[in-house]
Amino acid sequence: MRKAPKKKGAESPMKTALRLMKYVSGTYRVQFIIVLIAIIISSVCGMAGPLFLGYLIDSVITPLIGQQSPDLTGLFQSIILMLVIYYVGVATSYVYNRLMVNIGQGVLKRVRDEMFEHMQSLPISYFDTHARGEIMSLYTNDTDTLRQMISIAIPQVLAASISVITTFIAMLTISLPLSLLAVVMVVVMLLLTKYIAGRSGRFFVAQQQDIGVLDGFVEEMMAGQKVVKVFCHEEAAEEDFEKINGKLCDSATKANYYSNIIMPVINNLGYLLYVLAAIIGGAMSISGITALSLGNLASFLQYTRSFTQPFGQISQQANSVIMALAGAERIFRMMDETPEVDEGYVTLVNAKEDENGNFTETPQRTGLWAWRHPHKADGSVTYTKLTGDVRFFDMSFGYNPDHLVLHNIDLYAKPGQKIAFVGSTGAGKTTITNLINRFYTIADGKIRYDNININKISLKDLRRSLGMVLQDTHLFTGSIRENIRYGRLDATDEDIIAAAKLANAHQFITRLPMGYETILSDDGQQLSQGQRQLLAIARAAIADPPVLILDEATSSIDTRTEALVQKGMDELMKGRTVFVIAHRLSTIRNSDAIMVLDHGRIIERGDHEQLLAQKGTYYQLYTGALELD
Amino acid sequence: MIKKLARSLREFKKDSILSPVFVSLEVLMEVLIPLLMASIIDNGIDNGSGGDLNYIWQLGLVLVAASLLSLFFGVLSGRFAAKASAGFAKNLRKDMFSRIQQYSFTNIDKFSNASLVTRLTTDIINVQMAFMMIVRVAVRGPIMLIFAVIFSVQLNAELSLIYLVAIPVLGAGLFWIAWKAHPRFEKVFRSYDTLNRVVQENVTAMRVVKAYVREDHENKKFHRISDRVYNLFVSAEKLVCMNNPLMMFAMYTCITLICLLGGQQIIAGDFTTGQLLSQMTYATQILVSLMMLSMVFVMIIMARTSAERIVEVLDEESALKDPADPVEVVPNGSIDFNHVNFSYIGEKDKLALAEVDLHIKSGETIGIIGGTGSAKSTLVQLIPRLYDVTEGSVLVGGIDVRQYGLEALRKQVAMVLQKNVLFAGSIKENLRWGKPDATDEEIVHACKLAQADEFIQGFPDGYDTHIEQGGSNVSGGQKQRLCIARALLAHPKILILDDSTSAVDTRTDALIRKAFAEEIPGTTKLIIAQRINSVENADRVIVLDNGRVDAFDTPANLLKTNKIYREVFESQGGKGAENHA
Repeated sequence: MRKAPKKKGAESPMKTALRLMKYVSGTYRVQFIIVLIAIIISSVCGMAGPLFLGYLIDSVITPLIGQQSPDLTGLFQSIILMLVIYYVGVATSYVYNRLMVNIGQGVLKRVRDEMFEHMQSLPISYFDTHARGEIMSLYTNDTDTLRQMISIAIPQVLAASISVITTFIAMLTISLPLSLLAVVMVVVMLLLTKYIAGRSGRFFVAQQQDIGVLDGFVEEMMAGQKVVKVFCHEEAAEEDFEKINGKLCDSATKANYYSNIIMPVINNLGYLLYVLAAIIGGAMSISGITALSLGNLASFLQYTRSFTQPFGQISQQANSVIMALAGAERIFRMMDETPEVDEGYVTLVNAKEDENGNFTETPQRTGLWAWRHPHKADGSVTYTKLTGDVRFFDMSFGYNPDHLVLHNIDLYAKPGQKIAFVGSTGAGKTTITNLINRFYTIADGKIRYDNININKISLKDLRRSLGMVLQDTHLFTGSIRENIRYGRLDATDEDIIAAAKLANAHQFITRLPMGYETILSDDGQQLSQGQRQLLAIARAAIADPPVLILDEATSSIDTRTEALVQKGMDELMKGRTVFVIAHRLSTIRNSDAIMVLDHGRIIERGDHEQLLAQKGTYYQLYTGALELD
Repeated sequence: MIKKLARSLREFKKDSILSPVFVSLEVLMEVLIPLLMASIIDNGIDNGSGGDLNYIWQLGLVLVAASLLSLFFGVLSGRFAAKASAGFAKNLRKDMFSRIQQYSFTNIDKFSNASLVTRLTTDIINVQMAFMMIVRVAVRGPIMLIFAVIFSVQLNAELSLIYLVAIPVLGAGLFWIAWKAHPRFEKVFRSYDTLNRVVQENVTAMRVVKAYVREDHENKKFHRISDRVYNLFVSAEKLVCMNNPLMMFAMYTCITLICLLGGQQIIAGDFTTGQLLSQMTYATQILVSLMMLSMVFVMIIMARTSAERIVEVLDEESALKDPADPVEVVPNGSIDFNHVNFSYIGEKDKLALAEVDLHIKSGETIGIIGGTGSAKSTLVQLIPRLYDVTEGSVLVGGIDVRQYGLEALRKQVAMVLQKNVLFAGSIKENLRWGKPDATDEEIVHACKLAQADEFIQGFPDGYDTHIEQGGSNVSGGQKQRLCIARALLAHPKILILDDSTSAVDTRTDALIRKAFAEEIPGTTKLIIAQRINSVENADRVIVLDNGRVDAFDTPANLLKTNKIYREVFESQGGKGAENHA
């Protein structure tokens, strides 16, 4: 388990950048070094050009001017050398560009994979406290900015910085005073861009906020579009939209204005530098104060262009680097979330029972399961049969410690019993079932499963022994067959059909044009809510767990169909311990025990007849005198 | 497509034209500058007589003026481009939004919510960025190319012959890369969608994943798609990463050639060093402008998909046509279905409703029951003309619904939808949707009828309580009652409740129906329900089965004669009647 301290507030961007660099240097150390070398060679080659030009003009061309039959071999040789240098630059540039593709995408893939794997290990509470959109944007927006930074910004900034340095060295070799002039000019340029970029950044933030507001409004209106129509509310909606839209237009105009003018500013300041260098250099050259040859001045003027241009590139990339670091920080924050605690060592194994009633482990699937319980003290191992006996001992629980949701719950479910929970929203019904499968973890020893403290049971094995059908049936994109098979990955096609028949889903599935091969998408949108619930029931049936949790599993099936499903459900529940949460009291009437929950306490318990006789809350609910939300 | 989008330019047409004008001026300056520089070197510094400082100063001033002008034009063009593109996006968004407001239910069904949201947000931003590129860079590229070519030809026609070869070769190379890379990027984005879908499904269904211990299974699934994204991305970027080296190759080759040929000319005395330097600047400008063009090309290809999706929304014609001479008054609340056939997709062999012939008198209370998929909602949605019948006709107050003005009809036919939503805002604001000018008394009265007043008064802020988006901070039963109150405020002649009391307990449900009977007896009430006791006091009940009317009679008669009604009755314990003693 990765141990990471949870930190509030922002990490320093430097730290984030270093951590990100570790991904690069970790997997791609050799490639990255080659990239660095290639960038240096490529920039040096690019710089060599103007220097060479000066030499060409001063030492090769000028001496030949006016000659009757000049000997051009020197010119040809120099040109060929120049071409070779340039082409080495091109080749190295291709090498680093090509390598960066692999490095950039490789790092992204690793970040993505690690992020997803880590997400799978996080407890349910993480998903409760983070909006879906927030998590999704880690994979979309934040990874995307990261991609842009790694594959575009890093090479560009690297190449640009190296150009600046090499150019500056080259400039120094020509003329110190002119180089100082260039430095002064660049400082002015940087101050100006910093000012502009600052303004543009501020308005970009405003723009992002306005986009957020607009997205929210649009989402709400599109979801409620039919209600808008029914109430002829179109005009009012348009008016509201217009306000938000206008605000976004304002901030977008300003943000883009400032970012649009950075390039012209830098470009033209570059021209100014060129002019100043020409005047001053020209004056120096003419007056003969310093030994500045014409060829040298020409080279220097070329250099001023390649000295200023990289600053334009860097300042253009600055925004994307800042955004990417912010994104990387969010990604790392998620990767630092503490994963689900699993210190369980009791595991679930296939078992055989001998004539004496003792259990032994076996690799084959026997349909008989046992808990393998190693004892640390003496190194012995005992086997306990998996039966589905669940007990709560004076259990209290709160999602945060100051606010308890459940108080002093005592309850026992013997193997094969059907236990029902009744109560209004927020009474704690779902919480109880979520504690059994340890979506949330409780203090030691408060819940025992087959007389084993559930905290000692390996999380995966605990959950494998529990089947769950939830009110919000979540289906995955894929065929109906694959969705049912989700319950047990090695199920045969016959198993699948049997499970579907049990859940009364077979009939509607076969009526679909593609039958079991029908591809579901968007959480099974093309099916009715009732049909989706039937599939979820089939999925649980195929898993064949000894304990079953049904949380409003049939709430969206109309009563007439439910009566048909009931037979299958009864079949499914036979021999299993079942916890049922239902709104509709007809669903739970035949339970062995019904717990009425109110504000986290069990206020009534007994079977249907007993509770009716009590004439308490259950009686009121049943006769419709009380409302359940 | 471009014509349709351009319609949204409107008041920003001026900015959209000014921006490229200033870009052109800026480019003109940028191209002039090298020419002036050549002059400085040749006539000022190296004029053969030891230099002319005066000349350098004069031309230097001109050069400074030119670059300041260029800066000025650049800033202006940036400003107009920002204004034009943001304004264009605003108008486009507005046009789309109002278009969607005109949609009928049929149109809405055609686009999913999520896709409409993407079109209004991401797609518009894509188009906005592309538009800004077009008014700036797409103008800049060709103009720079043309100017630079003209000046370089003037400078030295012989040398500029090099470009005759270089431009087509580089251009072809760049466009070939863009052309080849585009389909690969399309594939990348499709696989990206799949990746996002896998993540989204996992985030929403995390409980299922964990309950079935399928973390490893999901990890494998994710790695598969993550690998695919990696491979596709590399194969696409592999092409694009040739852009820069190709560009450098062309540029360096040109520069070397210019040096070689230009050098010979200088030696022969036909050319000067200053001109050589300027010629090289033009070479760079020409090739850079080609690069810009290929970037714009890629950008346009990418934005094209977004633009198409936007135009699709703008082009969608509302499926409901307003009559030429609409009837604005609904005389009464009677409803007639005359041999109605209805299909969502307009095909006669896939009917959702078949041969429906019903006649409901004004003021009657009608219950509607039937299993999932029996077309209960479909039936009632024809009354406020949310959909048009495929065959036959629906009459309200004896007049075909297609002859009414839509607003007049819908004001009188209030409907509480099955999937109802509240909007972010106070309770009062939400209720006023039913009647914008409703007084506080009216609101309280409607809420009393809907049995909502009591719990609203229980909130600390009463009627000013803020409702979260989608009404997530009130319970299901409370939400339903608020929706009913909202519909009641409109004082409709016909009130339709589409399974609107399913989360309300039976007692409150009964109170609501009692209030209806006593307070708004003249209103025709249609009540779709799953619960048999919700309809057992109705005057008559429609039993729907598979899109056909199975029976239409009083509850008492149905219990005797109708199998479906009896089955529903029995499946709910047959206890309906005993509750209302």
